[in-house]
Amino acid sequence: MKALLIQSAMVFSIVTVLSGCSQSPEKRQTADKAASTIQTDPNDPMSNKGIGPVKEVVLGEPDHAMAADGEKIFKQLCSACHKPEEKFIGPAPKGIMTRRSPEWIMNMIINPEEMVKYDPVAKQLLIDYNLAPMANQNVTEEQARKILEYFRTLE
Amino acid sequence: MVGGRRSAVILKNQEPGTRNQEPRTKYQSTMHKMRKSIFLSLLSVALIFGCQPRHGGLAGGGAAPDAASRVYVAPGELDEFYAFFSGGFSGQLSVYGLPSGRLLKIIPVFSVDGEKGYGFNEETKPLLETSFGFIPWDDAHHPQLSHTNGIPDGRWVFINGNNTPRVARIDLTTFETVEIIEIPNSGGNHSSPYATENTEYVVAGTRFSVPFPQQDVPISSYKETFKGALSFISVDPKTGHMELAFQVLLPAFNYDLARAGKGKSHGWSFFTSYNVEQAHTLLEVNASQYDKDFIAAVNWKKAEEYVKAGKAKEMPASYFHNIYDDNSHMATSKEMKTVKVLIPSECPDMVYFLPTPKSPHGVDVDPTGEYIVGAGKLSADMSVHSFSKIIKAIENEAFETHIDGIPVLKYEEIVAGIVSSGGLGPLHTEFDDNGYAYTTFFISSEIVKWKVGTWEVVDRAPCYYSVGHLMIPGGDSKKPFGKYMVAMNKITKDRYLPTGPELNHSAQLYDISGTKIQLLLDFPTVGEPHYAQAIPAHLVAPNSKKYFNLEDNVHPHVTKKESDTRVVREGNLVRVYMTTIRSHFAPDNIEGIRVGDKVYFHVTNLEQDWDVPHGFAVMGARNAELLIMPGQTETLLWEPDRPGMFPFYCTDFCSALHQEMQGYVRVSPKGADTPLKWWVGNHE
Repeated sequence: MKALLIQSAMVFSIVTVLSGCSQSPEKRQTADKAASTIQTDPNDPMSNKGIGPVKEVVLGEPDHAMAADGEKIFKQLCSACHKPEEKFIGPAPKGIMTRRSPEWIMNMIINPEEMVKYDPVAKQLLIDYNLAPMANQNVTEEQARKILEYFRTLE
Repeated sequence: MVGGRRSAVILKNQEPGTRNQEPRTKYQSTMHKMRKSIFLSLLSVALIFGCQPRHGGLAGGGAAPDAASRVYVAPGELDEFYAFFSGGFSGQLSVYGLPSGRLLKIIPVFSVDGEKGYGFNEETKPLLETSFGFIPWDDAHHPQLSHTNGIPDGRWVFINGNNTPRVARIDLTTFETVEIIEIPNSGGNHSSPYATENTEYVVAGTRFSVPFPQQDVPISSYKETFKGALSFISVDPKTGHMELAFQVLLPAFNYDLARAGKGKSHGWSFFTSYNVEQAHTLLEVNASQYDKDFIAAVNWKKAEEYVKAGKAKEMPASYFHNIYDDNSHMATSKEMKTVKVLIPSECPDMVYFLPTPKSPHGVDVDPTGEYIVGAGKLSADMSVHSFSKIIKAIENEAFETHIDGIPVLKYEEIVAGIVSSGGLGPLHTEFDDNGYAYTTFFISSEIVKWKVGTWEVVDRAPCYYSVGHLMIPGGDSKKPFGKYMVAMNKITKDRYLPTGPELNHSAQLYDISGTKIQLLLDFPTVGEPHYAQAIPAHLVAPNSKKYFNLEDNVHPHVTKKESDTRVVREGNLVRVYMTTIRSHFAPDNIEGIRVGDKVYFHVTNLEQDWDVPHGFAVMGARNAELLIMPGQTETLLWEPDRPGMFPFYCTDFCSALHQEMQGYVRVSPKGADTPLKWWVGNHE
């Protein structure tokens, strides 16, 4: 499985390079990143950091102001599909900190298209949720970090 | 196509290279004839053996040998130019990619468009308001890109509505109509919108003169009571907002087309006229009596001074000015009640008439601003006026006569040269980046290439069939981009598979980068593409908006999150505050609507990603759908006339669960006490 993933990642990056002239540089960069951030054990949800710009999140003491901001953003951009404490269109964020790594959560929020294509956990979630796509709401990294802080209050 | 390939090889040998060659020599002429006959014989071979459609091509193809590779834009690749084609009697503006000829978008402007809900949703209805009320159609003619320093800047496209005189502005970040202004005292806004060098003004000259002010008079009083108004609409350099700055009142001729001066002639605008005979019946004969009509040269900088000095008369008028706002996602209408009018006899040195043979149609100014080409459509030759000579003639008072106080300059004193082309029915001229002009000839169905300054004809190419306008990217500007030329033809006949009596008009793309004009491509257009303009894609594409920020949405009935969705009743007026996201509506179940209610669905698309619009359609709606862009709010009015269960659904395929994106409205009889309730999922 591991080998297969690395192989497919390589094929993907070769295709990217070959067809690169028609892609925007920005797009190419993300695709390369996608190839290089495949984790050593993507099937272990707690060690899988997902695919996207977020490599390392250090969680300090809970920051309540930040969590309040995060809740606001969540309500605005996410709540049409996610209810905090129950399954709706997508899964409930309650308890997510015990199910996924912080990096995976933020990458899923920021980079949903690539996550559901290349990350095995996200891919399985898409299937489990009847192929309802996780919408890309163009959330910034800073906003995603605040949402993560909000999720920490939902234990 | 074997025959085609073979001919390509032979033709290539005859004509090594196509770029930067000298005009055709006698040798080349002979070769041209030979090439023609070789081509024709090869073509017949091709028709017999090749993959040409069996029913096609009475005229043959006419395409350059390796045309296919020169217009081929491979899948995933993008076109080099955006081209904006007038939709003519469709009232719209179509956007094509060049050189592929691919249709990219149809922008609704003057006509309602069910596809986009334009003119059907409550937000865009005000754009089509006029002093005559809501008008769902017009005849659009001439797209005009905004200019800075005489060069297209990629900010806006203006286009005129001919029938109920109006000018519209399309924003090139959203590719949507954002403003429409009505023109009073005008009847047939044809010589429009033609921008000045920095888009200080777009103009609107009346094709049909009308009484000024409008009134009930005998038609036979034409010469006494009718006038021709030339309107100057100022454009705010920051916002693009238009304002009817002033009108210049001219004799009752038919003002046909216009162009602004540039470079040395910046500050002037030129309008062709026909029917200086002032006929009002059977113009086909009666307006073609004199051998010359006039180009009206308007010194608009002088006109500005007169307005500033208080010389303009403030006249009562009624016209609408409608503006769409990208943050409220709504248009508003305002009726304007007065207009400033300048009378030339009271404002000397503001307008001059340039005699021009005969019933001139197009008036086109070369990139330097020195030469003003009048295409006398009923004359075999074209007169080119010199701006320097015009100024000199004015200084020397070389006037033939005066009409209504307007000096008529002596033709011999202003003409710089005559283009004797042998063609018939010259209509329009555009310019390339190498000092050449290209003129369309309607009757002889061709485009003639000639040298500016020497007036020598250097090449000609047939058009299929009966060409009207032509377009070269930037061909009306100070720095034409050149490379391609598009002919917009009035007659289609056998160029495409037949589609019954009505055929889409044909456009033809030519390569003009070499000495010879080479036909590359035919493509059908929407309505009648009177005119088009094109601009390099890199001046527009980077600014193209991907979605609207939900945060910036200030629509009075916006719903920014699903928890705010609700249904509110005020008497028989019901407002549904609805949201969409892949792939559900909130609410998607509504009860307590009654027959006779006016239900406004205010639908906000919560998506914040490119290319994820949602549609909204409800059974029995007597208008159209909504097509809501991400971050936008749109409103559909629905007036249920019978009790029952009425489904609504998303019309624009949005995700794998698009078919599930639906809901129901329960409609109870008038006076029923069904409680007003709404919910989505279990969240009642």
